[in-house]
This record gives sequence, structure tokens and C-alpha cells, in this order.
Amino acid sequence: MSANLINLLLEATGQTLYMVAISALFGTLLGLPLGLFLATSQRGELVSMPWVNKVLGLVVNATRSVPFIILVVAIIPFTRMVAGTSIGTTAAIVPLTIATVPFIARLVENAIREVDAGLIEAARAMGATPVQIITKVLLREALPSIILGLTLAIVSLIGYSAMVGAVGGEGLGDLGIRYGYQRFMPDVMAIVVVILIVLVQLVQSIGERIAAAVDKRAPKSGGQ
Amino acid sequence: MTENKTRGASIAFDTVGKSFNKAGGVSFNALDNVSLSVAPGAITGIIGRSGAGKSTLLRMVNGLERPTSGRVLVAGQEVSTAKGAQLRAIRRDVGMIFQHFNLLSTRTVAGNIALPLEIAGVAAPQIKTRVADLIDRVGLSDHAGRYPAELSGGQKQRIGIARALATEPKVLLSDEATSALDPETTQTVLALLKDINRDLGLTILLITHEMAVVRDIASHVAVIEAGRIVEHGATYDIFTAPQHATTRSFLSGVTGVTLPAFVRDRLVQNAPAQRGEEVVRVTFTGTYATDPMLARLTKDMGIPVNILAGAIEEIGTQPYGNLLISLPVSQAAQARAFLENHGLTTEMLGYVG
Repeated sequence: MSANLINLLLEATGQTLYMVAISALFGTLLGLPLGLFLATSQRGELVSMPWVNKVLGLVVNATRSVPFIILVVAIIPFTRMVAGTSIGTTAAIVPLTIATVPFIARLVENAIREVDAGLIEAARAMGATPVQIITKVLLREALPSIILGLTLAIVSLIGYSAMVGAVGGEGLGDLGIRYGYQRFMPDVMAIVVVILIVLVQLVQSIGERIAAAVDKRAPKSGGQ
Repeated sequence: MTENKTRGASIAFDTVGKSFNKAGGVSFNALDNVSLSVAPGAITGIIGRSGAGKSTLLRMVNGLERPTSGRVLVAGQEVSTAKGAQLRAIRRDVGMIFQHFNLLSTRTVAGNIALPLEIAGVAAPQIKTRVADLIDRVGLSDHAGRYPAELSGGQKQRIGIARALATEPKVLLSDEATSALDPETTQTVLALLKDINRDLGLTILLITHEMAVVRDIASHVAVIEAGRIVEHGATYDIFTAPQHATTRSFLSGVTGVTLPAFVRDRLVQNAPAQRGEEVVRVTFTGTYATDPMLARLTKDMGIPVNILAGAIEEIGTQPYGNLLISLPVSQAAQARAFLENHGLTTEMLGYVG
């Protein structure tokens, strides 16, 4: 394999990591509070705002219903407004983030809802404020599930990032299409696939390790 | 340890009602015109079957449930209408322990006990000494750094108790705290609650479906059935002279003495024409519980007594005996009069031929 090709692969890997890292960061910054709100704002819940909850739920569902490749193209004007351009790796971060926020929000919502209602009741009985219940009980108890959810979101971001080649997003997926497929270079395609597999494996096992480290519940087998 | 002698607070339920709207516009009365006053510093048990409303009643004391009518007062403060900061302040004066402990899995024993103090905004150094005291009090000094998942049910409930005591409450609510524990562990947890009541003088209000729990620690008891208090009073009085059928059915499991099957199956309500035996329940209370009355019945009166079942136990500190005997029909009235004259209570249950 030529040095040129190796450079291309390295560059593409870097671009993929850049896109995934930045959109995972923004996705979490926006998705985590959104998920928290969705999990605590139904009627009678901690921050009961049923109408806002319903509207945001609809927006989340609508965003999640649009196929990613359509979303990329459909929001080009918005992307240009935010990133100053609609083409390139940085521009690709905008649709990646927008697709990830509702996904992370739903994962966080599920994780929070899994927390035993008895713990919320105990905290209320202690005289905790809604904010204290969220920070001291819900977020901490849901942390293992939230971390596993974020791991899942990052893995699917790696997959999405392969599609942003359509708007000049570059990265590994784009390299695979342009060289591996359009220039008939199956070895490039194979290497791209292998790198993607390795990336996903790495993300998955790191995520699982962190989740296990913060999880103090009884192990599933051999527990009480 | 630093013992702030907190005086228990009184709790008053004043014509409390709670109705839930069910599907189809039908409303369901979980509590109906409940009035009950709980003495400060006492241990009071509320006993009822599941769905009787006891949990709803208990949860009104710290405002986890609100009545739809009537008022609930703790130390004269109205909980039922309190909101926001006022309600949170009341809640810090009312500790609560739960059937399933409700401990944070991600916090150690010490961390769980520290939680209510953190919530109350206590400074870190004070939290540390207070938590150490509490861990010591509930006998978990060796386990301060462990997580709840590593501990037994009894130990978890001890964490729950220490946590409930952290903010030095005036009232401790116990929501079926021993129902998930085995009998032996139940005894140790009840003994701990008794000690706490004695040492700190705080009011304990507990709900349970087990009469044995009431017998072992409660000085007062209220029996709840379908959202109404059907009977209440001193535990000893309720045990020795239950008035309501529900109370009797709760008691039959504890004070004994259900009829043996071979007698129950042959029991009839009409006196047999021929020779037969009358089955009588004899209740011994207080000082009479230890008198050898049955022996005297046979010796002095010449009436043969057949003992079918019996138990003598303690309620609070007072002995209480309950015996099932059978007597020849012809002499039964005479025998019962003799026993009644000597301070025992008798109840005719039926006849066997």
C-alpha cells in the first residue's frame, strides 16, 4: 500500500474521530438536560410541565423519524447559518449533532425512568427539593445506564458519520465510498471496514468498563 | 455519642378523607373520616390488610399524600396544606423507613446516611461526626464503606433507620419496615426501634399487617379496615378484649389459639341432646394469667377439664394467656361461672358430641 494511501486513511480516521467526538460532546450537552426534562416533567412528576413535555416529545419523535441522509440535506440552510458553510467536516457536525440530541435524550429519559420510584419517595420524605432529587438521586443512580446509553449513541454516531460524505463531510465512510467503491479498490474498503470495527469495539468496551465501575448494584448473577 | 434528647411530637388526624378518581369517573374512598390522635413519644401501630388505607394514612404525616378532606397535624403544625420550603422543613422533622429500604445503590453506608444531612445543607465536618455516631448507634461500624448490595436485609434496614434519624426528627414513620425480613431479623430491627424510642423519646408510627409486630413493640394500636379505623386503644386492651371482627381475625394468628382441626370439624352450634362437651375459650389477663385456675376447677369443683390448645405470652410487659378447653355440657355453666368469678374471661365457641 502506498504511503499516500496510508496518509489518506490516517487523515480520514482523524476526521471521523473529530466529527464523532465533537457531535457526541454537543449531543450530550443538549441531549442530557433534554432527556432529564422529559423524564421528570409529565403530569404529577418532579417538575410537572405536561404541555411542554408533550411538545418536546413530539419534536424529539419528529427528528428521530427523519432518515439521517434526508436530515443532512434538508437542514443545509441551517447548517450554513451555524457553521458558516454547508460543506466539509466541520459543517457535518451540525446534522450529526441534531440527529444525536433526540437519540441521547430518549436514552437518558429511559435511564432516569429506570431509577426505583422508592428512591424518589425517600428523597422527598427527607425534604429534598426537586433539584436535589435530580442531582443527588436520579442522575447518580442512573449514571451506569446513562453511560451505556452514551456508548450506544457514540457507536451510532460512528455509523452516521459515514453518511456525511454526501455533503463533503469526509471521514472513513467517505473514503470507503470514493476509493473502495467508486475507484474499485477493495483493499481500501476492507481497511476502512476494519478500522470502523476496531473503533466501535474500543468505544463499546471503554463504555462498558466505565459503566461497570460506577455501578454498585449487586451483580446480575450470584446476587441476592 | 452526642445524644440530643429530642422530644417526640404528637400526630393528629382530624376527620381525614382521601378519595381517588378512578377510570370512568368513579371515585374510590381510600380513607373515610379518619380521626386518630397519636401520643407523643409512644410507639403506635396501625394494622390493616393491604388496600385498607394504612399506607395512605401514614404517608399523610410527611405530606407524601394529601387528604381530600380533613387535616393532618404534626406537633400542631398542619402538614396537609404545607407547601414548598415549609413542607420540606416539616419533613426534616419526620424520618421514614421503608419496606424495601429505598437506599441509594451508588452510595456507601456512610453516604446513604449522609444524604438527608446534605439535603438539609449541613456542613461537611458536622455530617462526618453525625454519620459516625449514627453508624455506631445502629451497629454498622464495620460496614461504613460498603455498598448496600453487599449487605443483608437486616443491615440495610439499619442503614434506613440511621438515615431516618440523621436530621434528629421528632417522629419516625415505619412503612412495613420488617415485612421483607425473616423472623429473627425482624426481632433485632424491632428491638432497635424500641431502643431508639426509649433513648430519644421520639414518636414512632408504624404500619404493618402483622399483629406480632404490634404486640412486640407498640403501646397503642389502631385497626383499619376499608378506609376506616374500626378499633383503637392500648395494645393490651385490644389484645385482651378485641371488639371488632377484623381485630379478632388479626389476633387469631397470634394469640393463638385457633381450634385444632379435629375439634373444629366436629364443632356444632346447638347443644347435643345426649352427653357432649362444650368448647370454651378462656382468656387470662394481667395478674390472673399465672393462677392455676383450671387445676382448682377440677380439684375444688370436681369438674373435668380437657385442654385443647393454649398459649401464654407477653404483651408489652403484661402476661396474657389464652386457652381452649372443653367441659361436660351439664357442668359447663357452673364451670364458666367459677372461672368468671375468679377474673377470667370465657367465651363459648360451640359443642362437640
